Amino acid sequence: MSSVTPAKAGGQALDRRAGGDDELVLALLRRADDALILGHRTSEWTGHAPLLEEELALANIALDLIGQARLLYAEAGALTGQTEDQLAYLRDAPAWRNALIVELPNSDFAFTIARLLLVSAASDVFWRAATASTHAGLAAIAAKAEKETAYHVRHAAEWLVRLGDGTAESRRRAQDALDALWPYTGEVFEIDAADHATIDAGVLPDPADLRPAWEATIYATLARATLIRPAECWMQSGGRYGRHTEHLGHLLAELQFMQRAYPGATW
Amino acid sequence: MSTDDRLARAREAAAAVPDPEIPALTIADLGMLRDVALDGDTIVATITPSYSGCPATQPIACDVADALARAGFADAKVRTVLAPAWSTDWITETGRRKLAEAGIAPPDRARARPACPLCGRAETEQLSAFGSTPCKALHRCLTCREPFEAFKCH
Repeated sequence: MSSVTPAKAGGQALDRRAGGDDELVLALLRRADDALILGHRTSEWTGHAPLLEEELALANIALDLIGQARLLYAEAGALTGQTEDQLAYLRDAPAWRNALIVELPNSDFAFTIARLLLVSAASDVFWRAATASTHAGLAAIAAKAEKETAYHVRHAAEWLVRLGDGTAESRRRAQDALDALWPYTGEVFEIDAADHATIDAGVLPDPADLRPAWEATIYATLARATLIRPAECWMQSGGRYGRHTEHLGHLLAELQFMQRAYPGATW
Repeated sequence: MSTDDRLARAREAAAAVPDPEIPALTIADLGMLRDVALDGDTIVATITPSYSGCPATQPIACDVADALARAGFADAKVRTVLAPAWSTDWITETGRRKLAEAGIAPPDRARARPACPLCGRAETEQLSAFGSTPCKALHRCLTCREPFEAFKCH
């Protein structure tokens, strides 16, 4: 293992440093950023959800995701010498490593639910496999996250069935959402050289092994929802390397406002 | 005070800390207090979070430190561990009884729907898979018609 010097708060330096710890940090950050950004997006429904029960559901799901992100940031920060807050609040968009699908605006409720299902179903298989990670910290986080995530999948799937097999309007919105989101699903299973190192070390599960279970969940839900499976198409990519949509900057402007305006502020 | 007495006193103080969101139960009832031990001369209390994002986790850590300080252990430490992951199977029998008394159906893996904690009847329906805290869901009794919370099996 290489020795790791505390990175600057910017975080961009991570990719340039070589060695096993850097790959581990990158793997942890990719997962953490997915969880925090989806958690933030989900939390945006608080006060706007279509009914009270859904208000509770989305707030609770957001809380789970933000909690998972915090645990992962703590794990990554222990390697880089950064705090959770530095990682969450002081990195600019190009330093974020989340998949693009989680940063897309919520759009309507159908889009929010379809995304929650697509991402949660992938997280679900990932966390279950990651409980066997050779990295004790990741395995411990996975053991907590897998139970929470399975609950999210169930909730999102029930809603997608209701929307897809519902009124003409809800069906149209669900299908539109699914078609719009599909090109963003490839990135969730994408791997690069850094991932190969962590997969070979038994830290991360191989996404290729996870994809069939994800497809089974998604296709079975689409069948129940009477929705049409989108055609395989060109897949969007770039988030894992810091190339984001314009939406992430706007999201970070809100997420990071307090720490940017009042650096180092604490409760 | 002997070492055993000190430990017993520290355990008693930590175990009595109520859950901030379900104050009818202590953290020991909920299975969140994992251990109280001596590290050299320092009392170390080990707690585990229920859900990853449960906002009660941090207040609980502070409350345990405060309770230990009041019991005479000003330099006590509180440690949070994730593994093994908390499960509702760790809620004690006392905890389950207190939940029911507080009108919250205890978790029950054997049943698809919890029995009504108010009238005891088995016929209930789920109103919402999520509730006022991460660990609970909303249900309604089909007999007495009262809504109630149930601890999710986790």
